Amino acid sequence: MEEIWNGILRAIELIITLNPEVMGITARSLFISFAAVFLAAIIDIPLGGLIELRDFRGKKALVELIQTLYGLPTVTVGLLVFLLLSRSGPLGELELLYTPAGMVIGQMILISPILTGLTISALKGVGPQIRDTAVSLGADECQVIGAIIKEARFAVISAVLIAFGRALSEVGVAMMIGGNIRDYTRVLTTSIALQTSMGNLEMSIALGILLIGISMILNLSLSRFQGR
Amino acid sequence: MSMAFLEVTNLCKSYGQAEILKQINISVDRGEILGLVGPTGSGKTTLLRLINLLEEPSSGSILLEGQRKSGRPEREKIAARRRMAMVFQKPVMFKSNVLENICFGLRARQLDQPEQRKEKAMQALQSVGLPGYESRDANTLSGGEMQRIALARAIILQPELLLLDEPTANLDPRSASAIDSILLGLAGGRTAMILATHNMMQCRRLADRVAVLVGGRITALGKSEDILGRAERSGISSPAIAGLEIPW
Repeated sequence: MEEIWNGILRAIELIITLNPEVMGITARSLFISFAAVFLAAIIDIPLGGLIELRDFRGKKALVELIQTLYGLPTVTVGLLVFLLLSRSGPLGELELLYTPAGMVIGQMILISPILTGLTISALKGVGPQIRDTAVSLGADECQVIGAIIKEARFAVISAVLIAFGRALSEVGVAMMIGGNIRDYTRVLTTSIALQTSMGNLEMSIALGILLIGISMILNLSLSRFQGR
Repeated sequence: MSMAFLEVTNLCKSYGQAEILKQINISVDRGEILGLVGPTGSGKTTLLRLINLLEEPSSGSILLEGQRKSGRPEREKIAARRRMAMVFQKPVMFKSNVLENICFGLRARQLDQPEQRKEKAMQALQSVGLPGYESRDANTLSGGEMQRIALARAIILQPELLLLDEPTANLDPRSASAIDSILLGLAGGRTAMILATHNMMQCRRLADRVAVLVGGRITALGKSEDILGRAERSGISSPAIAGLEIPW
């Protein structure tokens, strides 16, 4: 117990003194997850809009598949992206394995079903009258999707925050694609796993507190948006 | 012989087994107001939605200046819709202020610069009797105010065809009269209008011709004084029209 208590005190010291390694890992985590969410949002939010607004064969099955993939195991995605990016894989020539860019791709794949599926759910909440109004006023398909996303903006922002939380807290993709290379691909989750295995509890707890703190800020933001 | 601006020919619409519209044939010229009267459920709203190309007919055609617009690719339908505007019976507002709502169609159609749009929106607000409303949250307005904003949102587009589905249903008599004046101001110009209403008095005041729609069929079509005069001579009032008691 004493060891844990000392660990917490030391962790607080590391955070208060803005320990360069702790801050570096945190900044890298935020940057990689933010990039993944930003890029995924550009693709997945309009994609969710298209799926929701268009009628096509197999739509229900596709939406169910997307929802099933919400719980996609991170190590499975890690393995898939590893196979794609490894030297003998189809994208091996890009040399993205063990790079932050590779981690961004992995996290994008991981959060895409959540972002697309939650966007579809968010847009379902907008009545068909809004769509009819936009269409009758002369909006084309992109403008209609834009108008409907704008109507559901709080729910869509919630989806983005949930996806960001998932990307930030995952460890499988970060470990398998990033390789946990110090000062390059080491992020909060992989660092916690490494420091714990090395018995460096102070550092683990410090990083854990930061991870929990970021998650709490995310959840508070989420509650605020969902309350609107 | 001059071609009507809008022609609807042999139009039918079914949902599953239910036939909503049966062999509808109507036409409207520029500057003309066609009144569309009929009881609830007679198919007035469906007919307006089909003309606005929001839905596809089961059979028949919708033609603008002789060119078929129904059953065409979406791109052509968007171009056709941009020549029209529709005011719905229960208008909805985008989650934004009144100004954004009124300017939506102008932006979608890429008409005017932002400053010109704002100027036009102010004029439209003035004409529907709601000056100074531009910054108000559109979704906090009363039903009547929303109806007037919806009308402003449509007339700002200067459409060639204006489709009105009970545009004064939620308004007090004074506001309804103001709306009637706006519509009369548009009549005689380049705008063709179809006014779906239960209100025979309004129809008599505004419409050049009247089509009576009962059970999805046009049962009478002609000059408003002839059609509505017949109804009045038969002692039929507005509620009776709404209640299917039409002797034609």
